[in-house]
Amino acid sequence: MSERVREKLRILADAAKYDVSCASSGSTRKNKNKGLGDTGSGICHTYTADGRCVSLLKILLTNFCIYDCAYCVTRKSNDIERTAFTVKEVVDLTINFYRRNYIEGLFLSSGIFKNADYTMERLVRVAKELRQQHKFNGYIHLKTIPGASDELMKEAGLYADRLSVNIEIPTESGLKLLAPDKDRQDMIRPMNYLKNEIIQNKEERKLFKKSPLFVPAGQSSQMIIGATRETDKDIMYTADSMYRNFSLKRVYYSGYVPISNDSRLPMLNTAVPMVRENRLYQADWLMRFYGFNVRELLNPATPHLDLDIDPKLGWALRNLDKFPIDINKADLQLILRVPGIGVPSAQKIVSARIYQRLNWDHLKKLGVALNRARFFITCSSREFERRNLSANQIKQYILSTSASKYLKSQPAQLELFT
Amino acid sequence: MTLLTFDGSWYGLLCCIFDVYDYKLGAVYVSADTHNQTDAFGSERIVYTDPEHAARVSKGLAGKLSAKAMGDLYACFLSELPEAPSLIVRYARAVFSNGLTENAFGNADLLKVTQIAKMVSRERHRMKAFIRFQLTSDNIFFAEIEPDFNVIPLIAGHFKGRYADQEWIIYDKRRKYGIYYDLQKVEEVQFTFSEGKINSNVFAESEALYQNMWKDYFKHVSIDSRKNTALHLRHVPKRYWKHLIEKQVY
Repeated sequence: MSERVREKLRILADAAKYDVSCASSGSTRKNKNKGLGDTGSGICHTYTADGRCVSLLKILLTNFCIYDCAYCVTRKSNDIERTAFTVKEVVDLTINFYRRNYIEGLFLSSGIFKNADYTMERLVRVAKELRQQHKFNGYIHLKTIPGASDELMKEAGLYADRLSVNIEIPTESGLKLLAPDKDRQDMIRPMNYLKNEIIQNKEERKLFKKSPLFVPAGQSSQMIIGATRETDKDIMYTADSMYRNFSLKRVYYSGYVPISNDSRLPMLNTAVPMVRENRLYQADWLMRFYGFNVRELLNPATPHLDLDIDPKLGWALRNLDKFPIDINKADLQLILRVPGIGVPSAQKIVSARIYQRLNWDHLKKLGVALNRARFFITCSSREFERRNLSANQIKQYILSTSASKYLKSQPAQLELFT
Repeated sequence: MTLLTFDGSWYGLLCCIFDVYDYKLGAVYVSADTHNQTDAFGSERIVYTDPEHAARVSKGLAGKLSAKAMGDLYACFLSELPEAPSLIVRYARAVFSNGLTENAFGNADLLKVTQIAKMVSRERHRMKAFIRFQLTSDNIFFAEIEPDFNVIPLIAGHFKGRYADQEWIIYDKRRKYGIYYDLQKVEEVQFTFSEGKINSNVFAESEALYQNMWKDYFKHVSIDSRKNTALHLRHVPKRYWKHLIEKQVY
């Protein structure tokens, strides 16, 4: 029996690995019932050979699927081994991995067999059994199946910490091209439903402390990038609208890994757009933690993020008239906009300058990347950048003083030889 | 400069701060090591641990610092770095005598304490992540660790809260002590091991199966076309591999 479960685990982990979300934070379930587990700020228990965090047991319940989406390995027309876990097998694996401190919890997704409700009902049953029969308080992330009924969504929300609906392709036209059977409205509708339920639950919990938790870690979504010809602007505008309209906790960007020789898609040996993916995440962070508006980073004049420099530096170079700023006087909001200063250093600067005026040495010790920041700030020192440098000159100075970890795969260099 | 020698405990260190004021000492170097070159110092003094003195210092600091800063001081102490005790005493003196507050990051000692505390906190977090329990045949989940810093005091609460319904032991091989949870409370334990690998029949029958499945999972969840060894190593430094099930061969 165990050999069969091992075989299933191999197949269904393989099929689930393209889902990038692995967050286990945002929920604070306490172990009050002397059961098993709790959730907190999230722990990455290990990292795969590709450097991605492993926090949750991420598997599909089954890789049978009635859909034929071109970008997906489990598409109906793909000739692969198909299998399915039973509810009991998933529960047993989760509990035993959890007890050994391998994981923070379960991320369960599924191919769609028969119909949406039939699949969703099984996902919910796994979560219910974990919570009720095994007093499991670890993290549960369920993928909601587009088109499942509101009742099932509601029930899922009572057991899961996070629910997610993948938007799959950033543009509606892209989705039509690659997954003609899918409708974007089917993905938007559950997001909207969940958003309203979460708000309502929050109100209820203000009045009645005992009312049950509902999706305490909120909802997230994922987009595949580089499978169609969308621009970075398309991607980030979609992300921005999802953050604003559905109060998503996270949007994930997953560089397309070529898995098919379908002519609608990039060819099989195309490189995964990892640098682009990284830049999109940086832009996402700038929107969420640095007070940037998406239109400042991407607009019709700049539809793509720079690949060779980070988006904050890119923005600063386009807006040199806003600099230099005085580190000892400027507001936190402005300091956050300086390339080379992150959120922790910005906060430290604002605390420390109450006691003394800061100079270059202090800034260096506080963790500021001076090779970038020095072109944009002044501090308590007579030394500062006096030359009237152009954006291009600054960029060249910075690139020459920093060894980019992406140098090997710099797209501009590769193009010379193609 | 005066050399202060204490018993190596946290309370002992707090008593060093007490004595600095009690005896109106100038600059001090604080160490738990009794083999210091005493010639290098003007004078030497042994600090005796008095719980009452320690409590007074602790209360005094708590009145001036936030819980986070107090935690940073304790974490800095747990780093076991040779300069840590002196640093902590200097920090306390700056707080008591110079009216320094914990956010004055321009102060070198203060910044250093926060940085060491950050290192210890990273190790604490790594241990929460990298501890791997193995189920023994008497139904105790057992884990061995060799952390860079003495982080067991910082992780006991986390494991007690999380694994409330199973017995477990976490054993620090380097410092030769561990903690045992008996379903009610966490206690410090010490045992002597015979040399060599632990005999495999100590473990429950199902243990090997789950270890293999974890290795399978680890292998299959990675995407080959995205392989990035540098990144992998940055997150999982080699010194931790010894105790990670997924990094062992089948």
